[in-house]
Amino acid sequence: MSGVSIIDYGLGNLGSVENMLKRVGTTSRRVSTPAEIAASDRVLLPGIGAFDTGMDLLREQGLVEALRDFAATGQPVLGICLGMQLLLDSSEEGVTPGLGLVPGVSQRFNEAAGIRVPHMGWNYAHPSREDPLVAGLADDSRFYFVHSYRVVPDRNEDVLATTQYGVPFASMIRAGNVMGAQFHPEKSHAFGMTVLGNFAHL
Amino acid sequence: MNVFPRVIPVLLVSDGYLVKPVRFAGDKYVGDPINAVRIFNEKQVDELVICDIDASLKGTGVNYGLIADIASEAFMPVAYGGGITSVADARRITGIGIEKVVLNTIAVTQPESITEISAALGASSTVVSIDAKKRMTGGWDTFIRRASKRVGLTPAEAARRAQELGAGEIIVSSIDREGTFSGYDLKLVESVASAVTVPVVALGGASAFDDFRTALDAGASAVAAGSMFVLNGKHRAVLISYPTPEQVRSLGR
Repeated sequence: MSGVSIIDYGLGNLGSVENMLKRVGTTSRRVSTPAEIAASDRVLLPGIGAFDTGMDLLREQGLVEALRDFAATGQPVLGICLGMQLLLDSSEEGVTPGLGLVPGVSQRFNEAAGIRVPHMGWNYAHPSREDPLVAGLADDSRFYFVHSYRVVPDRNEDVLATTQYGVPFASMIRAGNVMGAQFHPEKSHAFGMTVLGNFAHL
Repeated sequence: MNVFPRVIPVLLVSDGYLVKPVRFAGDKYVGDPINAVRIFNEKQVDELVICDIDASLKGTGVNYGLIADIASEAFMPVAYGGGITSVADARRITGIGIEKVVLNTIAVTQPESITEISAALGASSTVVSIDAKKRMTGGWDTFIRRASKRVGLTPAEAARRAQELGAGEIIVSSIDREGTFSGYDLKLVESVASAVTVPVVALGGASAFDDFRTALDAGASAVAAGSMFVLNGKHRAVLISYPTPEQVRSLGR
């Protein structure tokens, strides 16, 4: 199945993602079964909401193993917002194990750092290395964030971009074919379009 | 460092057309909402708020066709308000590709709907807008139905209640200032911002970029404007404008 398969598990703004993929000239379809995932070329895992809710919904649809199997094939996987946090082992927000595709956890922002939580609004994301997923992004590229938890990968090399909010945190990750963006590329103008366009052509 | 304060154009729609009232009345026809969204998209606005100001009043419900057209042209966060009466409405709107719903009438007539919608969409997607009018005796009253029905709460009380019920953001709108280009009602902004911990968006009266700073200093987390972004000059001709990215970034502290 060419194009991008968007996981439809009841969380996340699928309409926005579809609209932007269409704008970057890529076909997309919503998928909700293990068979559809297995038949995909690349998979996008959106998500807004609570960690345990997200994992529970994936499990109910039998998608946890399907996503692990798909990732094991080496084909591209991109998690957005909560979808990225689900890629890791666990989260302080919940008790359910994550997909475990990238070693690490999600931790809550600490208001003691003098910040309001959630982190909501536009912020910069600075790529920490060259990578096809961030190709063509200018230094002042800004992205739309809405989240209270941030991912903390075990391995520094899995951090693809950092953003400053009270503390520096990983706003993009990449461990081989498994990638994530904490911001919403589908709502981040030309900057987000660059990222989604890059993903569609990996 | 905090995130940049957002600068948000507010587009008002009536019967499918973009309109601009003054003090909540005397709607002036401004143009086609989709065209305006396209222009704001090109200008890379931080966020858009779109409100159908007659949907609840006339009972016409949510104009889903319009929302779908808007969503397909808007590559920034969009909040929609107008005619929402249920969680099902809210879910359908966000499913189309709109990030946030703005509740006004039902936030008062069915306050429990704030909690239900917040549980379904998350607090950060649940915005309550509060329309405030100055009292002769000082302070403000909260109104719904285009400033025609008094709620019986001050804006600060209404905001606090909305936050307790699950709202993740409050838009506070000055009925007296709307479309007047006379600056934000800073005391109103302050009274609401100090009553809640969720972000407060100031609306009503902005005439120039410098007004944004004053509203942020009064406690707003984001600033919104209607007339300033769609009308221009002494004769208030229709002209869509928006500050440059550098100007918007300069509001960050």
